[in-house]
Amino acid sequence: MGDLTRLVLKRLGLGLLTLLVVSILIFFAVELLPGDIAEAVLGQSATPETVAEMRRQLGLDQPAVWRYLQWLGGAVQGDFGVSLVSGEPVSEAIGDRFVNTLFLAAYAAVIAVPISIILGVTVALLRNTLFDRVANVLTLTSISSPEFFLGYILILFLAVKTNMFPAIASLSSDMSLSELLNRTFLPALTLVLVVTAHMMRMTRAAIINLLASPYIEMARLKGTPPWKVIVKHALPNAWAPIINVIALNLAYLITGVVLVEVVFVYPGIGQALVDAVAKRDFPIVQACCLIFAATFILLNLAADVGAILTNPRLRHPK
Amino acid sequence: MTKKDQELIDRIAEGARKGRISRRDFMYYSTAAGLTATTATGLWTKSAAAAPQRGGTFRWGLHDGNTGDTHDPGTYVTRTMIFLAHTHRSYLTMINGDGSLGPDLADSWEASADASEWTFNLNQNASFHSGRKVTADDVIASLNHHRGDETTSAAKALLTDVVEITKDGDHTVKVKLTGGNADLPWLMTDYHFAICPANDDGTIDWKSGDGSGPYKIDSGEFGVQFSLSRHDGWHGEGAWFDKVDIITLNDPNARQTALVTGDVDSVSLIELKTMALLQRDPNINIFNIPSAGAITLPMLCDTPPFDNVDVRNALKLSMNRDEIIEKIAFGAATKANDFHHSPAQPYWPDDIPQREYDPDQAKSLLKKAGAEGLSVSISTADSVYAGAVDMAVLYAEQAKASGINIDVVREPNDGYYSDVWLKKPWCLVSWGARPTPDVMYTLAYKSDAAWNESRWQNERFNELLLQAKAELDDTLRAEMYREMAMLARDDGGTVIPFFNNFVYAARANVGTPDQLAASWESDGARAASRWWFTS
Repeated sequence: MGDLTRLVLKRLGLGLLTLLVVSILIFFAVELLPGDIAEAVLGQSATPETVAEMRRQLGLDQPAVWRYLQWLGGAVQGDFGVSLVSGEPVSEAIGDRFVNTLFLAAYAAVIAVPISIILGVTVALLRNTLFDRVANVLTLTSISSPEFFLGYILILFLAVKTNMFPAIASLSSDMSLSELLNRTFLPALTLVLVVTAHMMRMTRAAIINLLASPYIEMARLKGTPPWKVIVKHALPNAWAPIINVIALNLAYLITGVVLVEVVFVYPGIGQALVDAVAKRDFPIVQACCLIFAATFILLNLAADVGAILTNPRLRHPK
Repeated sequence: MTKKDQELIDRIAEGARKGRISRRDFMYYSTAAGLTATTATGLWTKSAAAAPQRGGTFRWGLHDGNTGDTHDPGTYVTRTMIFLAHTHRSYLTMINGDGSLGPDLADSWEASADASEWTFNLNQNASFHSGRKVTADDVIASLNHHRGDETTSAAKALLTDVVEITKDGDHTVKVKLTGGNADLPWLMTDYHFAICPANDDGTIDWKSGDGSGPYKIDSGEFGVQFSLSRHDGWHGEGAWFDKVDIITLNDPNARQTALVTGDVDSVSLIELKTMALLQRDPNINIFNIPSAGAITLPMLCDTPPFDNVDVRNALKLSMNRDEIIEKIAFGAATKANDFHHSPAQPYWPDDIPQREYDPDQAKSLLKKAGAEGLSVSISTADSVYAGAVDMAVLYAEQAKASGINIDVVREPNDGYYSDVWLKKPWCLVSWGARPTPDVMYTLAYKSDAAWNESRWQNERFNELLLQAKAELDDTLRAEMYREMAMLARDDGGTVIPFFNNFVYAARANVGTPDQLAASWESDGARAASRWWFTS
């Protein structure tokens, strides 16, 4: 177990380094965009004096490297600065948004993960039958269409034509859980459709790969029923790739939802990021991107740890 | 009366009942169908929606909001903030549904003989949501927010000729100007000049979101949603809804779907492309209101080849405005005549001949200028106006008939107004509605204006502009604006294809006044206080 702790610590350290590099990249990418916050906020009605005054008040007249170092100095102490536009602390400005995003991701994951694993096992069992083909075609179609298109299709059939679910997912603080689940069902369903195919196909491939192994043949020869062969003998060895692909998709649920948020007007972090980029609000952009990067790092780490834990050979190295 | 006439009248009456046609249209069509004016009037009273009634929550989907918005009136830029400002804050004056100027916080106002000093008398009943009365100090602090060296307000330029603002008692404000400005009360309707409570040090408290408007903010999140409820002590008339929800719906599809499914009661903008489809839905009323917003194509008059007036006029003659309005604006626009003064503004001269598409005349002008086979570039971007690039391409095709080659340059959306506008010799610009011709001309046509987007210099025009500004006699003023319009049309450097209409919609159970203000979408941004539920 000591090895595992060491691995986790090492990976976390590397993760921090990655975050530092990401923050540098983001800062200078925002710098490279034409125009700055003063011009973005004042828009067409900007005059040279008001733009200069706004830059002075926001400290934008300082050199870029100095501003980055100032931000970094605060960030290592846990202070990610204040939004340049509204003057609110970053944590307050995006805290609720992040919670909303996590909620939607969790909602979609709770539906998508069990469905895709069960579906994956089933199609592995019934491979090359009509069921396998239909499931493959349907899930591949849904992953191949852009999210916003899927969203519009769902809105058309489930909201406009049949009126079963609300078309926009605007939230208010006094909603009950069931109301919340109903309001956010369409965006969650869109995400489910987008991620299911990937996880299901991976499960199916991992299991079918193993079916050619001698020990599976042995299990079959001793007369184990096919479903038991897969669930008890093949699946335990297939976990590592499946966990990997689940982790990747969970990260996607958090970081890749901008389009879904826009289509359903869901107040999540992706929307906040897009707004912040449009206004060149660097602290917010930086915080959102770091959250996304950290999500990927942590979920990848979790996938590796999961793979080790499900594999006795890795758990007890000689 | 024939059977066909009867059918027509039934249809018109049905339209009136549902609030789909205005009183003026109603009278026109009914008399055309053979009714006498008296009968038509009676039918209108019977058919048209009943008096406004109180109650309900008005869910209002707005088309432009950003997480980075703030309550600072100096940096209002998105529609959501502008519309919210008209709902939770007050202004000194307001533009009425019929386009006239009416009182808001100021009961009455008068000018000195040369219009260089204005006195505003405040409504003594007006109060902030916090309960405090609105006084002269609040007004002074709110206006000073846009003045001085420290200000970051986008409206600073509008108040540069203000010398000082003083009070005379708690409810009288005096504004002293460097020169006469007959339009000052109109200027006070600018969305930046929202009145906020003053702090003791003469600054304003804009952060709290307190205001003296018809509704007070209960809760809200910028770029997402605001919930408001009626401010019981409001000094104005209206505010029929109990509550108002302002929901930011930036995605056009989401906005229209929400309206169709009834998730919102009204939206502030609908896509022109789908307007015709939406019109078929009996549950939805579409409003198509001519506005003072315009698309302009300014040419830099000091840069060849645009320094030659014949070249400029040849380019103006080479545009087929009817085709552009039909294909780019889907009919939702009012044809413009190369002067930046819209029929939705006061003093509009209605007797100026319309400039039509005339490639032959354009050719002869080019010949006269020695610029046959002219080749120019125009810069544009889709963020300026939906279809701006298509418009430029269509114009380029039309201009080929005059032997002009227009090269359409597509610029990046980001930073268009800092990198392209005022810099490239010819570009495409979108202007929001301004309340009066003086504001518009002073902003973008005055010889020394920072935004004189065509760098047009015309002595007579500038002389008239200053004269008209201080002229309190309406007839004389109208004459001056007519002469200025002629100068801009025949000598100016700006091609103006059209004034874009505001196109917005509401569910059929929303009642609206006969006339909708043309200053902003959604009844001059005041739908929340002017509309009501009929059922």
